[in-house]
Amino acid sequence: MKKAGRKTNDIILQTITKIVVFIIMIFSLYLFFAGHNAPGGGFIGGLMTSSAIVLLLIAYDVKTVKKILPVNYIMMTAVGLFIAVMTGVGSFIFGVPFLTHTFGHFHLPVLGDTELATAVLFDLGVYLVVIGVTMTIIQTIGETE
Amino acid sequence: MFETVIIISLALIAISSFLLIIRLIKGPSVPDRAVSLDAFGINLIAITAIISVVLKTNAFLDVILLLGILAFIGTVAIAKFLEKGEIVENDRDQ
Repeated sequence: MKKAGRKTNDIILQTITKIVVFIIMIFSLYLFFAGHNAPGGGFIGGLMTSSAIVLLLIAYDVKTVKKILPVNYIMMTAVGLFIAVMTGVGSFIFGVPFLTHTFGHFHLPVLGDTELATAVLFDLGVYLVVIGVTMTIIQTIGETE
Repeated sequence: MFETVIIISLALIAISSFLLIIRLIKGPSVPDRAVSLDAFGINLIAITAIISVVLKTNAFLDVILLLGILAFIGTVAIAKFLEKGEIVENDRDQ
């Protein structure tokens, strides 16, 4: 039901989108890094990041968003799966079973005493896979005429 | 006293949500239903906030921001579908 020959001016939507996309991105990064000790994690963080990109797709179009974010989402899914598998294989170097995770306390310059866990790397793989799969689905549906 | 205020506010939000559902079912046009669903999302945010006060936890504060973002994106998508007939355009300049 495309109404042909009807030009609309979406300046309010586009101006709001320019601000709100950054807020959603920061919220999704917060959800990703808070997942160890609070509600959140790679899955919901990836969904929020892809919803920010969906807001860009609604306010602009597929061509413009491809120019803003030149990302091959299928490759992103593959890289995410590779990272998730390599965190499991990497535990073989230390002579421990598959997917054994560890953590340690380190002294970082700004953050002070921080607990760094290798589970974050596995979560990064989940994050990239969720963004890749969601954006592949939405862009494939959006591109077909 | 405090629990009375909580119960009264939850009851008022429940009545408001019920009236919104009536508008959702009866609404003569599609934009009526879209606005009703948007306001229902705001009511859900209020219910989540009050429930997190009742349960004395701050684990639901992420849910509040999440519901706000999702209600906004959903309403914008419905509005764009009603206006242009498609949600994700391939090229707007054509």
